[in-house]
Amino acid sequence: MANDHIDITVEPGEVHALLGENGAGKSTLMNQLYGLLQADEGQIVVNGEPVTFRSPRDAIAAGIGMVHQHFMLVPVFTVAENIALGHEEVRGGPLGWLDRRRSRRDVIETSKKYGLPVDPDALVEDLPVGAQQRVEIVKALTRDVDLLILDEPTAVLTPQETEELLAVMRSLTEMGKSIVFITHKLKEVKSIADRITVIRRGKVVGTATPDTSEDELASLMVGRAVSLEVAKAPAEPGRNVLKISGLVVDDDRGARAVDGLDLVVRAGEVLGIAGVQGNGQEELVEAIMGLRSVRTGSIELDNEDLSGMSTKQILRSGVGYIPEDRSHDGVVKEFTVAENLVLDMYDRAPYGNAFKLDPAKVTESARERIEQFDIRCQGPETAVGTLSGGNQQKVVVAREMSRPLRLFIASQPTRGVDVGSIEFIHGRIIHERDQGTAVLVVSSELDEVVGLADRVAVMYRGRILAVVSPDTPREEIGLLMAGITGGEEESK
Amino acid sequence: MTAEPRKSDEDSFVSHFVRNLWSANSVTVTFLSAFLAVVIGAILIVVSDSEVLAKFGYFTARPSDALSSSWELITTAYSDLLKGALGDPAAYSAWFSGSGTWQEALAPISETLTYAAPLVFTGLSVALAFRGGLFNIGAQGQAVLGCITAGVVGFSFGLPIVLNLLVALLAGLLGGALWGFIPGILKARTGAHEVITTIMLNYIASLFLSWLVLQKGVQDPERTDAISKAVAESAQLPSFGGVLRVHLGILLALVATVAVAWLLNRSAFGFELRAVGANPHAAETAGISVAKTYALLMAVAGGLAGLGGAVQVLGTAHALTPAVAGNIGFDGLLVALLGRNKPWSTFFAALLFGALRAGGNRMQTFSGISLELVTVLQALIVIFIAAPALVKAIFRLRASRNLRAGVTLAKG
Amino acid sequence: MSTATVEELTEVAAPEPFWTRQRRLGLGLIIFGGLAAVLFGALAPSETARFTLSDDAQGAALSINGQLGAILFGVLAVAAGGVLFAGLAKQYQNLLLSLGILAFVLSFLCWQVAGKFLPLVDTTSGTLQLALPLILGALAGVLGERSGVVNVAIEGQFLMGAFAGALIGTMAGSVWAGLISAAVGGVIIAAILAVLSIRYLVDQTVVGMVLNLFALGITGFLYERLMQPDAAGFNTPPRLPSWSIPGLADIPVIGPVLFQANLLVWLALILVVVIHFGLSRTRWGLRTRAVGEHPTAADTVGIRVRGLRYLNVLLGGVVAGIGGAYFTLVATGSFTKNMTAGAGFIALAALIFGRYSPFGALGAALFFGFAQKLATYLSAVGSPVPSQFLNMLPYIATIIAVAGLVGRVRAPAADGLPYVKG
Repeated sequence: MANDHIDITVEPGEVHALLGENGAGKSTLMNQLYGLLQADEGQIVVNGEPVTFRSPRDAIAAGIGMVHQHFMLVPVFTVAENIALGHEEVRGGPLGWLDRRRSRRDVIETSKKYGLPVDPDALVEDLPVGAQQRVEIVKALTRDVDLLILDEPTAVLTPQETEELLAVMRSLTEMGKSIVFITHKLKEVKSIADRITVIRRGKVVGTATPDTSEDELASLMVGRAVSLEVAKAPAEPGRNVLKISGLVVDDDRGARAVDGLDLVVRAGEVLGIAGVQGNGQEELVEAIMGLRSVRTGSIELDNEDLSGMSTKQILRSGVGYIPEDRSHDGVVKEFTVAENLVLDMYDRAPYGNAFKLDPAKVTESARERIEQFDIRCQGPETAVGTLSGGNQQKVVVAREMSRPLRLFIASQPTRGVDVGSIEFIHGRIIHERDQGTAVLVVSSELDEVVGLADRVAVMYRGRILAVVSPDTPREEIGLLMAGITGGEEESK
Repeated sequence: MTAEPRKSDEDSFVSHFVRNLWSANSVTVTFLSAFLAVVIGAILIVVSDSEVLAKFGYFTARPSDALSSSWELITTAYSDLLKGALGDPAAYSAWFSGSGTWQEALAPISETLTYAAPLVFTGLSVALAFRGGLFNIGAQGQAVLGCITAGVVGFSFGLPIVLNLLVALLAGLLGGALWGFIPGILKARTGAHEVITTIMLNYIASLFLSWLVLQKGVQDPERTDAISKAVAESAQLPSFGGVLRVHLGILLALVATVAVAWLLNRSAFGFELRAVGANPHAAETAGISVAKTYALLMAVAGGLAGLGGAVQVLGTAHALTPAVAGNIGFDGLLVALLGRNKPWSTFFAALLFGALRAGGNRMQTFSGISLELVTVLQALIVIFIAAPALVKAIFRLRASRNLRAGVTLAKG
Repeated sequence: MSTATVEELTEVAAPEPFWTRQRRLGLGLIIFGGLAAVLFGALAPSETARFTLSDDAQGAALSINGQLGAILFGVLAVAAGGVLFAGLAKQYQNLLLSLGILAFVLSFLCWQVAGKFLPLVDTTSGTLQLALPLILGALAGVLGERSGVVNVAIEGQFLMGAFAGALIGTMAGSVWAGLISAAVGGVIIAAILAVLSIRYLVDQTVVGMVLNLFALGITGFLYERLMQPDAAGFNTPPRLPSWSIPGLADIPVIGPVLFQANLLVWLALILVVVIHFGLSRTRWGLRTRAVGEHPTAADTVGIRVRGLRYLNVLLGGVVAGIGGAYFTLVATGSFTKNMTAGAGFIALAALIFGRYSPFGALGAALFFGFAQKLATYLSAVGSPVPSQFLNMLPYIATIIAVAGLVGRVRAPAADGLPYVKG
């Protein structure tokens, strides 16, 4: 069950923030409101009328629009086509001949009216995420919505773009629109919301006003007082373990993702990479792991070139890796916990050899590691797909930390993971650092990067713009994430 | 929508329960599917019989005529099917009473096994590829290549006994492996979808075969039609002879099943292919080369299908003709689906298909019901198996009605 | 006050790989063109090759010395390849490629026709006739696949269409009844495909392949039970008449091919245009493409994803069923077991080779039809080139296309994926 008897009310012209951790059930709730999922019980009342939404069609008709966390745009369509889709302007009666000129005009009008610049003729797949988000908002607004649901809209934005979005939201409410703003970011909530509802594990655990302190909101959200700080001793960095120079990598569409990047990670330190999603972090990590081909440049592990090696060779030369998308790249859900724990070592002693496996050894070692890494499951033969997100992530962590490492790479290590597991995983990462391993952490959560890292490298458009101390003011890091460097001038 | 990581312990319990229920039901679904197929087959038999249909013309006047003749038609047809597959009770009693031979009594079972042998190989080929996430529609073409290489080796070299057979079988295996490797390497290197490439390779293989059998050195010099020289006796799979056509192929099929079961569950390669089949991205991230696995897997699957073709030529056909491979590759597809891609289930599914085919032959000769009915039955069974929800819906409907009837009765 | 500067980034230079697509294509053309010039040129007798503008050897003709032609066109192909290889004329890449392939084909023809004649009218109309079911089958595929449903059951739809057309056409004594029944036959298979794959989420390729066998079995069974014993009662359907448009039919080559043809030829060509504009310019088309590319996005704007998929698969059934009617109501006039003999799979190949677009499918179908026609021509004139190898051409071409050796084929993003809400 994702949601359990939730009541919320949204007044006209207000921003109602829905605050909750990843996986608290916010998106599920809104998908029910938007007609994509059906609730088992309960009702929705719009302007005093009880309604049932069997599909998004009904929700749209009732004046509800939604901007999804993962954009609902057809990549190969133009902006105008995407916006028109579903309520197309047509001529010729039953033939349904598209009136493309009117569609374009509608887009331009709406975009002017609300101050959201979009190019109606651009292909969506060519647009940066910020622009795609504007397209999504325009798409909802052309449908004359009274209530706009924004699902984690700031996850893909720089701090500056976030400011712009918040301004747009303010002007929308001034025009009488209501907004449901789903997020897990406390600062944004405090700066924009008129009312706050906090959700935890599918239940409303409290309502709050913007005056509520961040600490209070945070403890409401996670259920107990949490320290966002990670307890750790000062690092004692040693030799350069990972040395990347002049690295150039392309993304799936052949566009430049990593663009002449230089980076050094030393033994016994955590280097955190801060940056807005989509600035090449994913491609950088994949290139190090041999999962993406390198155009030019070098990646050296203790002076040994990794580029050109297979992923298996890289893993076996002492690199551990937690991929960004756990269910996509981290675990094989149909496999058992035991099988997942040897996914990279199945053909090595003691688990087997190049020809055959030793199931007894695999199970035995799985039992040990389930204990050691506190993986909550019914046993080694449980299918991983039945575990919670946090426990699935612990399987990945256990797998990657069960061998001597020189370099450990963690990409979004705690995304979609419950608080208890987050603390455990963070602790493990610091523990690994203290063993003398070089650690590279990539996260779109600035808090996580700053909390874990001994040095913070800010990545922008495929390059490291600056390496700063984690004590640097957030605003400064935020500007760097937006590609704005002004440090020298300021010191004048 | 986000993947909500909300699966708590209670959830895992529920999915466990559902899975158990499901595994308990897969046998039920299989039987119900077969039952549905047989019922539809019966309807087809009746509606395609003009005499019986004529009796339905005066159905309102004398319904018994139409019903009894339909019933007779259906029972004769299906009992012929059973006799052809498992044996005629009359022949068995003749054997026991001494008036008949054991060969005659066992001939139907021999036929069943003869038809089943190549299907085991092609079925395993498809099943294995499936477990690695590949849909090998190319088993047909790979079997054809296996026929070609095994056949050509079988009549060309005249090696000594045993060795000749081994070399011919090996040739079949390699021929099929080559034909499987092509789509495998294309998938690995360029991402070309194996469904499309294997469909195309099927036709290339059969066109090549129909060209080859007419070539000098291959074609039987004493014949003008499209048939090759006969495979040397030393390269044929040994059989009982006479009416008992069953040959060593079925034992090889047994061995192949054991081997594939081991490969899947106990070998490193099996682990790799199952990981790649279930989640290629996670496999790649953990260092398993998806490309290598695809290429190798398709070669192995092709080799299995090639062996199926070799068994067909060396065991049953003994010479190449354009249609020598029959439909064994496509039937293998159905066999694998029926066996849910598990080695032993696939083996038994092949036996069932062999039985249907052997029985279909007798049904065609004795009841005049075309052999094509067997194809229809086979396809229907697999359609129902593939859509268990459909089968459950069909039967649950009745169950719930009964329930309601029960409630009404209790009230009354 | 700080003067912040936004980083202006210019991309770091990275070397382009030498073997670009264009270079590889160019090299391929050079090799094949060279082979053509040398091999075909050497093999061709130095006699006149006549391409007559009629059904037979009579009348006006385009003539060329076979040997000269083979060498000339081979060299032309090499030249086209050379331009590509040198990395010139990038914007004309596809044009040069087509030119090179055409030159290669012409070189081959000059060799084969040297000392003989090739009747162009007969070749063209034969090509169109052979391409006809392929066009219709591929269009059926376009309808399904553009909305995200893979249709490998075109073969089964052909067979059911051909069978139903012959059966009902004979029983009703009307070719129109036959044509409508053929469409219904195609729809039956399409409906099973749709229900199983859309409602019951069975793998679309699996369903399609099983349905092919099902159609093969059931038409074969009923053929033996009904048609074979009583051909007059069940298997002698009337044929579709040929109409000729006065005036237009007199245009050389094109006239007799296009304007003195049966209804299906026009229907197929009209359907190509209708589906092309339907997909690109109408509300139905926009929604169909959206459902095939990103069904969740379509759902969130209120489009009935499954409903639209049902509609398109069933429409595809109508088109493929009519394609099946070609076999019984146009080509032969009676049904025989497995008479489509894999044409459905060539249609599938045409669909993919034509990049899932109606005009692409038309072009591919014509190309494949030409290869088949040429195969019959060559075996008729006793050419040493085996007809089986020419018949392999569609399949090889498709493999080359999907492997991306000559421009990658991109399927709709959600093709083959069932849509589950939430």
